Amino acid sequence: MNDAPLRRTSLYAEHVALGARLVPFAGWEMPVQYTGIVDEHQAVRTAAGIFDVSHMGELRLRGEYAAHVVDYLVTNDAKKLVDGQAMYTCSCNERGVILDDLIVYRHTQDDWLIVCNASNREKMSAHFARAAKDHCQFEDESDQTALVALQGPRAFEILARAGGDAGGLVELKSFHFRTATVGSVRCTAARTGYTGEDGVEIFCAWDDAPALWRTLMEAGKPLGIKPTGLGARDTLRLEARLSLYGNDIDETTNPIEAGLGWVVKVEKGDFIGRAALMEIKARPLPRKLVGFEVTGRGVARHGYPLRGLDGQEVGICTSGSPGPTVGKNIGLGYLPTAMAEVAGEGPRDMTAIGTQFLVDCRGKNIEAVVVKTPFYKRAK
Amino acid sequence: MSELPGDLRYTKDHEWARPGAEVQVGITGFAVEQLGDITLVNLDVKVGDQITAGKTFGTIESVKTLSDLYAPLTGKVVGVNGDLANKPELVNDDCYGKAWMIAIAPVDPKALESLMDAKSYGEYLKTAAH
Repeated sequence: MNDAPLRRTSLYAEHVALGARLVPFAGWEMPVQYTGIVDEHQAVRTAAGIFDVSHMGELRLRGEYAAHVVDYLVTNDAKKLVDGQAMYTCSCNERGVILDDLIVYRHTQDDWLIVCNASNREKMSAHFARAAKDHCQFEDESDQTALVALQGPRAFEILARAGGDAGGLVELKSFHFRTATVGSVRCTAARTGYTGEDGVEIFCAWDDAPALWRTLMEAGKPLGIKPTGLGARDTLRLEARLSLYGNDIDETTNPIEAGLGWVVKVEKGDFIGRAALMEIKARPLPRKLVGFEVTGRGVARHGYPLRGLDGQEVGICTSGSPGPTVGKNIGLGYLPTAMAEVAGEGPRDMTAIGTQFLVDCRGKNIEAVVVKTPFYKRAK
Repeated sequence: MSELPGDLRYTKDHEWARPGAEVQVGITGFAVEQLGDITLVNLDVKVGDQITAGKTFGTIESVKTLSDLYAPLTGKVVGVNGDLANKPELVNDDCYGKAWMIAIAPVDPKALESLMDAKSYGEYLKTAAH
């Protein structure tokens, strides 16, 4: 980390007025919680939560060859998208490890938006700018673009009360988006999210975010809306087993072992990392990211070693916390697919559901078991 | 910020100690506020154990993070609050009362006086918060 002053989103004053606790996050001063992580988590599961995620990066590529540039830099097949459709994807380097995970939005064949993680903005901005050079226009719109997420079972009721044409957003299909007016704010709304709940993520001009935020807070008040910080965002995404860059995935992991093989389309044509990923896919994986429950008394945290029942270190926990909705201490971590087990039994796949192992919680070995993920899935 | 009980002594690590022959120990409202929702309290000592000021006697887990618990005094452990094992939320509800964690018979009862009183701790919090 450097000593550069922390940046603030245009919603900073709203957060302060709501009593948020603000913490440094990827160079930004962001709300980690308002009323409490569990309280906010439950609000998103049962009513709705509103999140300021304006720190995320927005990259814009325009021009005749924009689609080709985008498709070459991502592992998923951007050619399959239609206007107004978005997709989740990884962007890898030539070694097939993950530079970032992204959502790619096709406005039109000649106009694409990439949303990247705040912590990777400089890297991804440079990566896309370099690829776009001489082929299409590139603009980093992060500084002009605010992003507000509204998530939860009552999100669309709240939008219907917000005014403008926001009520019609309930017609959007998952991973589709369109321009909309929420209250009086012109924006782009996408049916996406990072919580395991239904909802939208809404882009607007940087300075329009406070009006958008207040409109949604006002409309949502009788329906139980709560401002929700990064703390609950993390427990929500973990229960839904959504990857967090910097925790579960990074430049030492590939999408296949991370369980993101579904966004790797080697058959789509050439893209950065394709050859390496084909090779990875052709061989058995040495390790995989699995979900687990801590069955003993302890909470697994990012970076804790994972051990076999014999105490031998075999893997690492990448994310862990109590899961407020599932009511268990849960986590994600890399475990080996073939471990030499007790004499005579041969190698054993530790990533199999039901495998018991230990989490080294700062010197205490606490029992855990591999379970199916997602830990939480909303009722349709 | 909740009121600081005037009869307690406080440490820079945000533990409190209640003067008496058996000194009850817990964590302060400030600590609880920083931690958020408490989900697990692990007390790693039992009655009869010797404990040293500044050494850990357990850990506390909130949704977000893990924090160590530090003994404010040197002495013998004479009580461990067993209720916290199954009711960690007591720490959120009543940190100066039902959520006492351990009780210590101090080697040197005067050691308590070297801890901060409510006024000094209050001032310490003002500087710690910024």
